[in-house]
Order: sequence, then structure tokens, then C-alpha cells
Amino acid sequence: MVHFTAEEKAAITGLWGKVNVEEAGGEALGRLLVVYPWTQRFFDSFGNLSSTSAIMGNPKVKAHGKKVLTSFGEAIKNLDNLKGAFAKLSELHCDKLHVDPENFRLLGNVIVIILATHFGREFTPDVQAAWQKLVSGVATALAHKYH
Amino acid sequence: MPNGVNKGAVTAFWGKVKVDEVGAESLGRLLVVYPWTQRFFESFGDLSTAEAVFGNAKVKAHGKKVLDSFSEGLNHLDDLKGAFASLSELHCDKLHVDPENFKLLGNVLVVVLARHFGKEFTPELQAEFQKVVTGVANALAHRYH
Repeated sequence: MVHFTAEEKAAITGLWGKVNVEEAGGEALGRLLVVYPWTQRFFDSFGNLSSTSAIMGNPKVKAHGKKVLTSFGEAIKNLDNLKGAFAKLSELHCDKLHVDPENFRLLGNVIVIILATHFGREFTPDVQAAWQKLVSGVATALAHKYH
Repeated sequence: MPNGVNKGAVTAFWGKVKVDEVGAESLGRLLVVYPWTQRFFESFGDLSTAEAVFGNAKVKAHGKKVLDSFSEGLNHLDDLKGAFASLSELHCDKLHVDPENFKLLGNVLVVVLARHFGKEFTPELQAEFQKVVTGVANALAHRYH
């Protein structure tokens, strides 16, 4: 199980408090669909995903991105038990959504990149390290109930 | 060549990159974010904290060297495997570096570019660079045996 030091927890929650979840969520999901186009296969019902501007402007992408990142925010309240926090979502992604867990790592990396674009200097190496550990922990937790 | 890379966009953007600075920062962040990578740099001295890593002259020098090599690679997007053949053999036969680390460094480079350029590092540029770093990582792994 991943263990976060007090400093790491502070780095995570400190930055999270300043994140505009709606904006960042939409951007994260949008960039996932642009940078790793095969991920679009999970979102056939979202309508026009034919170009970068179509994706980034798509209201369903924005809404779903917000939903995904809000859920991520819940994880941040449960850093000592990510597997428990994501148990149900893990089952959902395996049994109903059939999402390859590798995609959780890809989305995690995109979230880190977005934080870097938004926070610049403030996204120090230690903050990056804490967040990389978090997204990795979340990806593992989401894969945990797969069978 | 990495599938459908927009060479013009990549080289135009790369022209704005301060290779020395970004190289040092990328290597430094690799060592902090993925601490096991420090095992390849035992001769570099103090790497015990982020501060030590970022103040370390050998890290800066080597980061610059690595990114100069990456820069060269950008001139050969049509034949990355050829461009990195010797370095691939070196990393396998002499340096014994697990190729997974090339992907980690590539991802750190993308984060550093995002940090420096903010919104200017658009989704399209991110997509292009992700393809390039993947192509370079694959090229560096290509001669492994």
C-alpha cells in the first residue's frame, strides 16, 4: 500500500486547494483524448471528437472530466486508504466499463502535466514527486478489483 | 518515424527551449520523482534531497548532455532508431540501464516543458512531444539484447 509522508500530504492538499476542478477536469480528459487518441473508444456517445478543438470544446468531455476529477478529489481525503476509497469505482471500470487499467496511468500523467502548466514555479520537484506518487496510487487502487 | 509527427510544429517549438536549463531540470526531476534512478549516478555525489540534486553541478552537466543528444534526435525524426543506435548499445552493454527509465525521463521532459510554457504547451504540442519521447525511448531500447 502506498504511504504518504506528512510533507507529501501537505504538498498534495496545498496544491489541490487552488485547483479549479471543473476547468482542470475538462482539460485533463480532453488532453487524454487528444494525446492518446485510442482512449476515445470509451466515449463513443460523446459526439464530435474529430479534432483537438472539437474535443476541448465538447460539453460532454468537460462535464465528464469534472466528474472524474471530483472523484480524484475524494481520494485526496483518503490518502491512507486509496484502495478502499476506489473499490466501487474499480469494480465499475472492470465489470461495466471494461477499461484497460493502463489508461488510469495515462490519465494520471496527463493530470500531472496539467498541474505543471497551471502552477509553473509552484510545481516544484518535491510537489511533482508527491503528485506522481498520488496518481500512481490512484491508478493502482482503480485496478485493484480487476479480475 | 513516430506515427504522423508534425515535424514543423515540434522543431518550431523546440527553438524556444533553453536546452541547458530544461536538460538540467529534467534530469534533476527524474532523480527526485523516481528516486531509484539515482542508482545510475552514484558517482555524482550528494543526491539526498531535492535541494542537493538541483544544486549538483554534475546533474546539471549531465542533464545538458542528455538533452543535447535528444535535440540531435529531433533532426532525425525520420530515423530515430538509426540516430540512437550507438547510444542504445552503450546504455545496454556498458551502462546497464533498464529501458523503462527512458520512458520515465521522456515523461518528465514533457512535464518540464508544460511547466515552462504553461498554456502555450497546447494539447496538440503535448500530443506531438509525447509521440517524440516515446519514439526516442523505443529507439534507445532498440539495440537491447
